[in-house]
Amino acid sequence: MSTALLLDLAHVPRVDQVGVEERAAALGKRSIKKSAKQAGIRLAISMLDLTTLEGKDSEGKVRQLCQKAMRPLPGDPSVPHVAAVCVYPNLVPAARAALAGSGVKVASVATGFPAGLVPLPVKIEDARRAVAMGADEIDMVIDRGAFLSGDYGRVFEEIVAVKDACGSAHLKVILETGELETYDNVRRASHLAMGAGADFIKTSTGKIQPAATPGVVLVMLEAIRDHYRETGRRVGMKPAGGVRTSKQALHLLVLVKETLGDAWLTPDLFRIGASTVTNDLLMQLAKESTGRYQSEDYFTKD
Amino acid sequence: MGTTVTDEKARAEAIKKIEAERPRLEFGGAVWDYAPAPESKDHVRLEKRYGLFIGGKFAPPRSKKYFSTINPATEEVLAEVAEAGAADVDAAVRSAEEAHRKYWSRLAPAERGKYVYRIARLLQEKSRELAVLETLNGGKPIKESRDVDVPLAAAHFFYHAGWADKLEYAFPRHRVSSIGVCGQIIPWNFPLLMAAWKIAPALACGNTVVLKPAETTPLTSLHLAKICEEADLPPGVVNIVPGAGETGAHLVNHPRVRKIAFTGSTEVGKLIQRATAGTGKRLTLELGGKAANIIFEDAAIDQAVEGIISGIYFNQGHVCCAGSRLLVQESIAETVLAKLADRIETLRLGDPLDKNTDVGAINSKMQLEKIREMVASGIEEGAEIHQSSCSIPARGFWFPPTFFTGVAQSHRIAREEIFGPVLAVMTFRTPDEAVEKANNIPYGLSAGVWTDKGSKIFKITAKMKAGVVWANTFNKFDPSSPFGGYKESGFGREGGVHGLRAYVALSGE
Repeated sequence: MSTALLLDLAHVPRVDQVGVEERAAALGKRSIKKSAKQAGIRLAISMLDLTTLEGKDSEGKVRQLCQKAMRPLPGDPSVPHVAAVCVYPNLVPAARAALAGSGVKVASVATGFPAGLVPLPVKIEDARRAVAMGADEIDMVIDRGAFLSGDYGRVFEEIVAVKDACGSAHLKVILETGELETYDNVRRASHLAMGAGADFIKTSTGKIQPAATPGVVLVMLEAIRDHYRETGRRVGMKPAGGVRTSKQALHLLVLVKETLGDAWLTPDLFRIGASTVTNDLLMQLAKESTGRYQSEDYFTKD
Repeated sequence: MGTTVTDEKARAEAIKKIEAERPRLEFGGAVWDYAPAPESKDHVRLEKRYGLFIGGKFAPPRSKKYFSTINPATEEVLAEVAEAGAADVDAAVRSAEEAHRKYWSRLAPAERGKYVYRIARLLQEKSRELAVLETLNGGKPIKESRDVDVPLAAAHFFYHAGWADKLEYAFPRHRVSSIGVCGQIIPWNFPLLMAAWKIAPALACGNTVVLKPAETTPLTSLHLAKICEEADLPPGVVNIVPGAGETGAHLVNHPRVRKIAFTGSTEVGKLIQRATAGTGKRLTLELGGKAANIIFEDAAIDQAVEGIISGIYFNQGHVCCAGSRLLVQESIAETVLAKLADRIETLRLGDPLDKNTDVGAINSKMQLEKIREMVASGIEEGAEIHQSSCSIPARGFWFPPTFFTGVAQSHRIAREEIFGPVLAVMTFRTPDEAVEKANNIPYGLSAGVWTDKGSKIFKITAKMKAGVVWANTFNKFDPSSPFGGYKESGFGREGGVHGLRAYVALSGE
């Protein structure tokens, strides 16, 4: 690793756990009601990366998910389509075909997801092939083992190599914050990933808990803010894992709005990786317009 | 010592230039904004006219005088409140004295504790009503009155209820007895909370009280009187006599008052100390402050910026322990100030009843004028002003979050208490210089130290001449933690075991 990078990492700001959790919790107390709630829910839907990452995923399952992605609430075209569908590489072609012309992007996990403990050439090939099969976006994982053992240079270089393999596809770098454990590590890993060229930084794979906690999200947003101030480059953010309710989704939007400002309130720069939250968002939206909660049987499980 | 005025100015210029070239963040746009979320005030029962609370009941004042109390956010009159004159204060003190002699001082301590406990429970039960009332009358954001003022007020009663029958454990090897009538004068910045800080320990220690709330914010004290009634507190144990300075003077000078507890300005505190000198009255004073919030280069910067914000903009800066002087290490000054400039843009100023409001109304016209005068002096003395671009409501008293850079230790804005949302920023180079600048002030109420290095926390906090020193946090209060000042910030402590000392007579005294 270059001396410049080492020096740089030494200057990554420390994070005070108590302070950051207090601030994140305070932003969770914003009262989002009526028109703000409706608009926030629609915005959150447009930012969803609808995800299925199971060993039993099939083309049929993915096709169904894609239908939901394009038209989340059948019968109400005013509800926007989601941002992307996120799948394993083998299912990229199925998603690509199902989503053709819809504006919904295809995202693929790669680089030996979820552990990332495969040789670098395999990671590169994994990403390259996913792009070749039609992925618009690649969600890669960092090598947490290397990071935790202090081998920051290796983590950095792997990201650079995968970014290169992605070509024009967008690269999201998953830090797997649940395994990094401390906010200082999250902050340092964010800095490292952005410096190596990440288009997005992402909290988690969804396989490890805790995942996208408000504190972790805030720390990453603050890292993005500093990166923007230093370089003028806007890096995107993707919390993933553990976001199940509309309240949580709106809390995330508040965190973005009050940390990075309006420019980040777009699917181009903010995504929410989730699957189960979709129906809660739709249910809350229906409740806001009708004043009543509907049975869950009115919302499709895909 | 320190840097010269010209150094500071040159530095401020350089920072400004770098800032102008940096990428900017945009806040408060229309992409997604919060809808108004006002707390309902339907459940608050305001009376048209409030009498004085003396001898366990509300009665019209002998002074025959009433004054209007307003909502500073709208300038609307909320109610008429009786003003206590000399005869009224005399009646209140006599009723308190009688209650002390005949009943309260003789009551079994555990029974006293039950009453205090009951008040705490009632405060909790009526917390929503009290929070709205506090916000209506004082202008503070509902999220603060709801999450800080009212819960802490209840916590003070709960805490002291527990002490009532354990005082001999607080003062081992002493026989503990009560003092008698306590005259208590409180400010307008935390009306209910200050009433709780005063009344709870006094009652728990077996004293009776005559409390004078501030003239701009009498309503929650009067509703606390109603709670005392509801708690079936014996008549005369708590008396509430609203009024202005003159009423306070009657109370201070009353010969049967055994102790005076005052929270307010240093100026008035000095008058009170003069007035009570040689009278044998006990005295505690909690006065002004000009706290230094010291940010070292090894601090967790984003959290330190939050600490600066809560230090100075909490309750519109109407906080005696506000972190009104920011001392930031030169090596990180640019970064911190850029972040601070961004952060004040996200503060939401407006309707104090809105649950999303961060900065409410200035408490009174008089206070607003004082803030304006101090800010004008800062500009005139050559400091550079930075203000939030937030819009200001047409009616009511408002002042946007403000900070000054290029401030020198000799500027008025760095020496005098402003008691508003105005921060004076200065830089330092070494820890010794930070300590010297922080202590170089006639006040000594509070201070803040921000560093990620544990040993530095212990080293620096020990050198602070301040009653309360926070490390990596600010404006945190707890009933078990004593609060009070050094130097012109007063003497005596409130809260904790130390706070009890002011309300007991020990054997031999």
